[in-house]
Amino acid sequence: MTQARSLPSRMTALLFTLLCAVTALAVAPPARAEIEVNVNRGDVQPLPIAVPAFGGGQVGADISQVISANLQRSGLFRPLDPNSFVEKGLTASVQPRFPDWKTINAQALVNGTVTVEGGKLRVDFRLWDVFAEQQLLGLQFTASPESWRKVAHKISDAVYERLTGEKGYFDTRVVFVAESGGRGKVIKRLAIMDQDGANPSYLTAGDSIVMTPRFSSNSQEITYMSLRPDSSTVYLFNLETGRRESLGTFQGMVFSPRFSPDGGKVVFSNERGGNSDIYVMNLASRTSTRLTTDPAIDTSGSFSPDGAKIVFNSDRAGSPQLYVMGADGSGARRISNGGGRYTTPVWSPTGEFIAFTKQTGGEFHIGVMRPDGSDERLLTSSYLDEGPTWAPNGRVLMFSRETPGGSPKLWSVDVTGRILQPMPYPGAGSDPAWSPLLN
Amino acid sequence: MMVRSFTGSTVLRLALVATAACSLAACQSKPKPTYPTQTPSGPTAPPSTPLPPSTGPVTGQPVGALPGSAQDFVVNVGDRVYFDTDSHDVREDARPLLSAQSEWLRRYPSVVVRIEGNADERGTREYNLALGARRANSVRDFLVSQGVTAGRISTISFGKESPIDTGSGEESWQKNRNARTAIVSGAR
Repeated sequence: MTQARSLPSRMTALLFTLLCAVTALAVAPPARAEIEVNVNRGDVQPLPIAVPAFGGGQVGADISQVISANLQRSGLFRPLDPNSFVEKGLTASVQPRFPDWKTINAQALVNGTVTVEGGKLRVDFRLWDVFAEQQLLGLQFTASPESWRKVAHKISDAVYERLTGEKGYFDTRVVFVAESGGRGKVIKRLAIMDQDGANPSYLTAGDSIVMTPRFSSNSQEITYMSLRPDSSTVYLFNLETGRRESLGTFQGMVFSPRFSPDGGKVVFSNERGGNSDIYVMNLASRTSTRLTTDPAIDTSGSFSPDGAKIVFNSDRAGSPQLYVMGADGSGARRISNGGGRYTTPVWSPTGEFIAFTKQTGGEFHIGVMRPDGSDERLLTSSYLDEGPTWAPNGRVLMFSRETPGGSPKLWSVDVTGRILQPMPYPGAGSDPAWSPLLN
Repeated sequence: MMVRSFTGSTVLRLALVATAACSLAACQSKPKPTYPTQTPSGPTAPPSTPLPPSTGPVTGQPVGALPGSAQDFVVNVGDRVYFDTDSHDVREDARPLLSAQSEWLRRYPSVVVRIEGNADERGTREYNLALGARRANSVRDFLVSQGVTAGRISTISFGKESPIDTGSGEESWQKNRNARTAIVSGAR
């Protein structure tokens, strides 16, 4: 990397390189897309970054570890081994000895100090461009001591944003279905955890089969489906108050709920006499409108971020494919054109992609395409990959992966397909849904 | 308890067992091959004393599912039919079983059923819920077409959430593409 350019612009260039890889992949024949991903893997060098233990005792060390792990998992950074650090005991109140950090080729340095005053945790941190010997960021966070992980995520987001020019996604949570009991007698419980797998907790008791939880844009509310031997229900669940209410009583099956971007509506599927169609309910007035009338299966509706359109799944052409229509149900147009079966479309928060599950050649894939159906790329391939959800910055997708005879696990992949990894959650889980950035 | 104890008199019970045994034998007996009655020549067998007729104990056994019970339906009619991949059409080989289901349901008009549609794991969750609903409704429509009152039948889909075979492979998947007719109430 050249010394003349600032670190943020170099990181921006790195992201640009990734996006160029995306574009290069896009023009390749779909069947070769995954080989292309491998070829391009060598093009991107994660940025070497030093995150020494923050001053202030154990909590300082813990905070820097959480930051380091976040940056590492993003795939864009390579946190350096603390054993290689020359300068020890660096605090936020002194300027780093840059030669010590240049020696180990740390391009960026995050250092900080934690103090506890009056029952409050105060964290001062600085981000340095080591070779330019410049401070890029200096911030102070104050929080209750038990919120130290949240502070670490906030710092991670600040570093990520300063160096890449894009919003971070570390101060977020994931709601998902925790599975236990094994195949055939599986117990499904709604669960929630931080995006790094910390603080997992159950939201439901496991007395009914729950599935497909999704966050509202205000991130305090989720909607999900519950299945009992004789009925199905879509629920709205407020995470702050614990209050749960039914979307309403419907004739036939009700499933596949998802909030509109403003949180004021829920798009869902209702089945009558075997025919599933897409409806939208205005949550204020509790009136629902039918958007599709085709005798085929219409399900898995997902709004565009501006709320003007809905992408959905339909087998009206014989096999499940993706369609885009106006939010009022008008002008449905097919966008998926490759061979295979396309399901579970989800519009990215930035609006530029639609993620989906694709079945072809006996395998399942997570893929993305432009909203007009162009630039299709498959990011993963396995026995059973299903149900992508977007990180709020639109760069990372989470999904569930199942091996033959095994229980599903949560995985993530970045939008280039380069960074594929299991989520740091040890249990079986399915149907992940990523929250917006928290406050 | 699916099977109720038989409360008739011992004599009647024995008589019924005997009748059942006879009719069972009658059902199962094929035309018997005829053998030459003439014994081959050779050493004469020692004259045997004819065995006295058996006087051993006569034991009673449960006669089988109580007619009109849920067990009767499951064992003697069959509660599940299977589907082709991605299809909700009632298969030719499922029609006799569904016809038997309708006949049974017409004979026991107080029985209320729920048809549960299922899908294999080779599809995504929401699509499979919709597919299972289609399958359940195909069975429902068939039963209604055979004279079962629509009001006695409800439907639900379990999608891929309730596999009867947890294996991974076509044999397991085929079993999991089904619709089960579950008795809700009204059976003996």
